[in-house]
Amino acid sequence: MAKQTFADLEARAKAPIPTVDKPTIKVGLSTCGMAAGAEPVFNALNATVKSGGLDWKIARTGCAGMCSMEPLVEVALPGQTAVMYGEVTPEFAGQIVDAIAAGKPLPANGRVPSIAELACIAGEPVAEGEAKQYRIVMRNCGVIDPEEIDEYLDRGGYQALAKALSHMTPEDIIDELKTAGLRGRGGAGFPVWMKWLLTRESPGDEHFIVCNADEGDPGAYMDRSVLEGDPHAVLEGMIIGGYVIGARNGIFYIRAEYPLAIQRIEKAIRQAKAAGLLGANILGTDFTFNVEIRLGAGAFVCGEETALIASVEGKRGTPSPRPPYPSVKGLWGQPTMINNVESLANLAQIIQRGGEWFSGIGLGNSKGTKVFAVTGKVKHAGLVEIPMGVTLRQVVEGICGGSATSSPIKAVQTGGPSGGLIPARELDTPITYEHLQKLGSYMGSGGMIVMDETDDLVELSKFYLNFCVDESCGKCAPCRIGGTQMLRLLDKIADGRGTQEDVATIRRLAHAMDRASLCGLGQGAPNPILSALRYFEPEFRDRLVSGKN
Amino acid sequence: MTTATAEEDVAAIAKRWKNKRGSLIMALHALQDRYGYVPREAAMSLGEQMDVPLARIYEVLTFYNYFRLKSPGDKVVSVCLGTACYLKGAPQLLEQASAELGIKPGETTDDNEYHLQVVRCVGCCGLAPVVTVNAHVLAKVTPEMLTAQLDRGTDGPVHATAAKPVDTTADGQE
Repeated sequence: MAKQTFADLEARAKAPIPTVDKPTIKVGLSTCGMAAGAEPVFNALNATVKSGGLDWKIARTGCAGMCSMEPLVEVALPGQTAVMYGEVTPEFAGQIVDAIAAGKPLPANGRVPSIAELACIAGEPVAEGEAKQYRIVMRNCGVIDPEEIDEYLDRGGYQALAKALSHMTPEDIIDELKTAGLRGRGGAGFPVWMKWLLTRESPGDEHFIVCNADEGDPGAYMDRSVLEGDPHAVLEGMIIGGYVIGARNGIFYIRAEYPLAIQRIEKAIRQAKAAGLLGANILGTDFTFNVEIRLGAGAFVCGEETALIASVEGKRGTPSPRPPYPSVKGLWGQPTMINNVESLANLAQIIQRGGEWFSGIGLGNSKGTKVFAVTGKVKHAGLVEIPMGVTLRQVVEGICGGSATSSPIKAVQTGGPSGGLIPARELDTPITYEHLQKLGSYMGSGGMIVMDETDDLVELSKFYLNFCVDESCGKCAPCRIGGTQMLRLLDKIADGRGTQEDVATIRRLAHAMDRASLCGLGQGAPNPILSALRYFEPEFRDRLVSGKN
Repeated sequence: MTTATAEEDVAAIAKRWKNKRGSLIMALHALQDRYGYVPREAAMSLGEQMDVPLARIYEVLTFYNYFRLKSPGDKVVSVCLGTACYLKGAPQLLEQASAELGIKPGETTDDNEYHLQVVRCVGCCGLAPVVTVNAHVLAKVTPEMLTAQLDRGTDGPVHATAAKPVDTTADGQE
């Protein structure tokens, strides 16, 4: 693609989004789709269409979020509503093609809503009580071909960058973010505008922006889907961030376990460079910004920002005490701004539509939407993006269909290994940073794991703690020793040898770990057990020596 | 590893990353991609060419789970023990794989064919439980699928949905 100019992007903005002019079949080719067998389906469709001499388009797209129904195939015929088919096999794909060719397209199989039915995509607000998604971050996921920059540009891509560079000062952008009220989506919910302002104002020889794509929380994969399904959106957010803080270099820190995400980001970087949207003199201005990729290597602690910086510098990923915060002294000792994938994916939309629009979505101090990976014992496992303030019940029962088993839902876990359990009786709680914290859990990066009555919460507490003990970097004693001791006590309880005193010791250890650990991994490690004890103490008591008859 | 091409490959990796700040981990990834693990000789050679002490290289290699110091064999079988997979029976699958291959997680079979390991979430939680064999991800793995995979002796994927009629009412939970 030739270097783009402001005029080119302006012309794009005025042009309507291209509509389907011939039968178009999209196959979801993300990691989850491919795991379920989407590649043979894609190949079969291509072969059938080719052998039939049909002038149709067979396209690749990202993850639509309905992971349990993969492989997903969406058929769009000119002038008709698109139809989505789930669990498609190569044979079934052949039947789909034959039926269209015969002029009698097959009805959707089972209960597979099309993306249009599933969600309003950054469009009209959601009516109260309606179990519908609202897609801002995932607006292009499952819609565009993530490997074609043209498709991103057709849907408003890089308009925000053009607006930022031509009409806005860095201060204007920070103000817009302040109006929007966007908070960090990595878990803690720190106001994004403040992070940007602090980094911008910190003196240094060079400023850096880092995208934290080290999604290590087991049970969460929103970031992977966004990187695979709409890589340019994250990249655009990062370029705008670079402009705001005065950085010349940005770094994508991605888990090595996500090869497809890495590949798609690499491709997006190459395409953006060729289009003059990245690299030297972006869009003909004097703003120059480059992006590099650095891979993680399987250490959960590297999601913590100081550990992440050590890892980017090529060292062991151990955390350092804060302050100084990375915004003052980060990568190579310079001011560094670290943003999560989902936070950056919101950026372009906020710049394009304005902070007012964004702050109109959500509840209280939790603005905008949040993507959750809803998994476990739920009927329709997958990714959902909902406006903040929707209740847990609307997500788990409304959108995801409730329990997948004959046993009712017992609890929902959010926040991963640093988060907590929420009992079924609290499911009417609205999802906001504050409400979840009040329940003893937290927003986290977006894992939402549903458990039914058959799940053993003592074992589950052990599972989470085991994870943290395994992933502890060993640098500070409270986490290294506290975690191990706590795990031994839990083992004892699970084996039926525990006493009331052991439970009290667990609480004491938890307090010490929370207060004295160096980073969030150790501080948060006791949370799953504490919340299990808070809501399900009888399950622990029944296992104690004294609790037995 | 002593062959000329191997030396050339290490030299190319060293050259690519040498003058980039903080690139040691990237260079080690490249080594592991090339060999399937990080052989000691290659690490030594890389250290010399990049001016990095061997102790620093091992300090990093041993910190990160992703790096392997021994040859993993032809097929790396990774059982995901992320939370979603855990709830859907992954621990039993791990036990089964361990019994069928006769090795513990982290070990390689005597004929160097299979290496068994645990991974923490491959990000396919909607398709839990998940097992990967080299780069292939197997979804909604049942004990039968796992047996077939370990017996089949190829690294092609077996799909849960391949033979099954379309059923969207539940997702196979027992």
